[in-house]
Amino acid sequence: MTRAGSSGLPRLPGALAALLVAGLCLGTLVPLLLRAGEGTLGGADWASLRFTLEQAALSAGVSVVLAIPVARALARRRFPGRGALVTLLGAPFLLPVIVAVMGLLALFGRGGLLNDALGALGWPRVSVYGLHGVVLAHVFLNLPLATRLLLQGWLDIPAERFRLAATLNAPVWAVLERPMLRAVLPGAFAVIFALCLTSFSVALILGGGPAATTMELAIYQAIRFEADFAGAAQLALLQYALCGAAAALAFALSRGPVLGAGLGRAVERWDAGGLGARLGDAAWIGAAALFLLVPLTLAVLRGLGGLDDLPGEVWDAMGRSLGVALGATALTLLLALALALKGGALAQAAGALPLAASALVLGTGLLLLLRPFVGPSAAALPVTALADALLALPFALRAVTPALAEVEARHGRLAESLGITGLARLRIVVLPLLRPVLGFSAGLAAALSMGNLGVIALFAGQGQGTLPLLMAQLMGAYRMDAAAGVGLVILGLALGLFWGFDRGGRLDAASR
Amino acid sequence: MRPALTALLALAAAPALAQDKPVLTVLTYDSFTAEWGPGPSVETAFEATCGCDLQFVTAGDGAALLARLQLDGEATEADVVLGLDANLLAAARVTGLFASHGAAEGLDLPVDWTDDTFVPFDWGWFSVVGKAGGPMPQSFRELADSDASLVIEDPRSSTPGLGLVLWVEAAYGEEAPAIWEALRDNIVTVTPGWTEAYNLFLEGEADLVLSYTTSPAYHLIAEQDAGFVALPFEEGHYLQVEVAGKVASSDVSELADEFLDFMLTEGFQSAIPTGNWMYPAVTPEAGLPEGFESVRPETTLYLAPEEAEALRGPAIDRWRTALSQ
Repeated sequence: MTRAGSSGLPRLPGALAALLVAGLCLGTLVPLLLRAGEGTLGGADWASLRFTLEQAALSAGVSVVLAIPVARALARRRFPGRGALVTLLGAPFLLPVIVAVMGLLALFGRGGLLNDALGALGWPRVSVYGLHGVVLAHVFLNLPLATRLLLQGWLDIPAERFRLAATLNAPVWAVLERPMLRAVLPGAFAVIFALCLTSFSVALILGGGPAATTMELAIYQAIRFEADFAGAAQLALLQYALCGAAAALAFALSRGPVLGAGLGRAVERWDAGGLGARLGDAAWIGAAALFLLVPLTLAVLRGLGGLDDLPGEVWDAMGRSLGVALGATALTLLLALALALKGGALAQAAGALPLAASALVLGTGLLLLLRPFVGPSAAALPVTALADALLALPFALRAVTPALAEVEARHGRLAESLGITGLARLRIVVLPLLRPVLGFSAGLAAALSMGNLGVIALFAGQGQGTLPLLMAQLMGAYRMDAAAGVGLVILGLALGLFWGFDRGGRLDAASR
Repeated sequence: MRPALTALLALAAAPALAQDKPVLTVLTYDSFTAEWGPGPSVETAFEATCGCDLQFVTAGDGAALLARLQLDGEATEADVVLGLDANLLAAARVTGLFASHGAAEGLDLPVDWTDDTFVPFDWGWFSVVGKAGGPMPQSFRELADSDASLVIEDPRSSTPGLGLVLWVEAAYGEEAPAIWEALRDNIVTVTPGWTEAYNLFLEGEADLVLSYTTSPAYHLIAEQDAGFVALPFEEGHYLQVEVAGKVASSDVSELADEFLDFMLTEGFQSAIPTGNWMYPAVTPEAGLPEGFESVRPETTLYLAPEEAEALRGPAIDRWRTALSQ
């Protein structure tokens, strides 16, 4: 790992940031450990552990297996709209989970298009609640990521090898693709497995009682249903260990950035010219695009219809959501910048720590820590912003670190020779050049926070919710049109914030 | 951007700038404050005499109210908690968060009431409710053996959910886990509260829902729809007594006492039968509406608060374990 920070840049804030992040991520263990001794885990708690592992394994497995033909088709075909489709595959990262669930309900739910069609044919209706519903939603959210990871694998195979294989008439699958998949698949599986372990909103809406409860949901229920802090602490410790192990595994097995860029080109191939292969590829790409686009389109259409039904609370909730998102964004940027300036393995490790934390584990730890001093209602919004900032930090740090290294490599010595150091160097040299990547990171943090439902559900009382919590409550009360309207507002704000920050960062840089 | 944000924040802060009247905050369950619920007329009636501002705050279903109060502890804004039931009394008492009000008198309850901390405001029998022409099992066993689908509430967050678990315990004792295992494939989903469950049932997600014997009367009287049926069960029906209590840390303690007294007067009780669709704790002058007498079950099952508390934890564990397999 290269040391991004040099002697000419301030490093003290980075040390403080590393301490703060480590303190929050590891420090939350203390109240959990202190409270956990009083409780015992029952059969139903082990059942939720089992369900969490089962759904995560199924979700990751199905996502990765389906991604193989889709990624292969995308890797070897050129067609109009291919670039847009590949870009679209990056969008679910910013897509608020609860809006995705709304779209899936519009397609697969009881009153959805699928069941209407089945009903018209006289066939029995299918239910989307329970294990299969949870897995369906996770595949919807993670198939794009799996496809991008595998597509990266295909594009990393040098074009010369395909040419060589064609010359020698060697089987491409056996000599090139299978070895590549063997190297890439475990990492892709592990990343998605780790992501699905911390699933909360999906299980909250599509879970069907004690048989379909994830650990995150069980923690939430222990606190909000029973005020059982000892039970929640035990569950949180278990979840902490689980997520830590899964994150470490994913880290060890995966290669390359999750947000990978440079997927623009298609590989020229000589082995897939047959009509069968072309039709097969077209079918896979078409099916994947429909699977992703139809629910999203339905969510937007239903949301447009629901704008008339928006409840009065939506404006207050929007104010709170914006406050939380902007607060989280500012904190993410400060932490990411401070950690990147400090550089070194320790700062990088501190920045990766939140990957092992989950929203509900952080929330539970902070709740136990703060409860003696301040009511959960009063702490709801600041704590939500803090947790959102931490959860976005690893992604922001991953974007800022290489950019800062490049700035220092190009301009560090000149600045040094001119005697520009410390804060002046930061202000005159580093920040202006980092604007684009800071804008991108800010957009990412803001969009993630805008769509996040987790900590807020743990803390908020009535009339304190953010937009995603309001939407979940409306869905619970079966006010689907109003919920869809709120969903559209969330989607618009999340994408708008991302676009605004990203564009703002780049516009400013271009004018200099 | 900034002016828009300032405007939004100003909007968010607006409700805080209320009048100078003292505010009485009543923490209650969702359906109490629904448009069709008793909340609006209770608020009007109480505010006409109290010289105060009565504000309802909701936190899911009845059992989640207690968790919310424990979560907030002394920092709670609530002055009165309305919507716990007899099964939660003992648990609510040991939190130390409630203050005594004095024993209520002149109650029309089917059971003796001596508690001096919590005041009952209405009561009713739990029942599985279905639609005319749909499945009509006559017992839990028959329901478990049928294909009928059922939506129930979580006993940890909902008082009807807790009532159902205690109902099965009271009727079946040691066989209760076997009943739950047999019911597992009938249960479509478990909701956090009554409102969610009843909405799912009305939307057609399930044939049956756990509600009250008086639920069909709502459809009959408010919607002129006779198509709903409370299924009489051979085991008998479990009785619920809903209560309210004064929060010890309330800064308007006298106003809270005033509200608890008001709760047993005509202004509150007359809103109960056709608002909360429960039997009033003190029968109002107008008597009971149509459809309330005919659904009184032959056998009443009821556990006194101490018995219910002793059974509550183990019964919920058995329920969760049976349904989580």
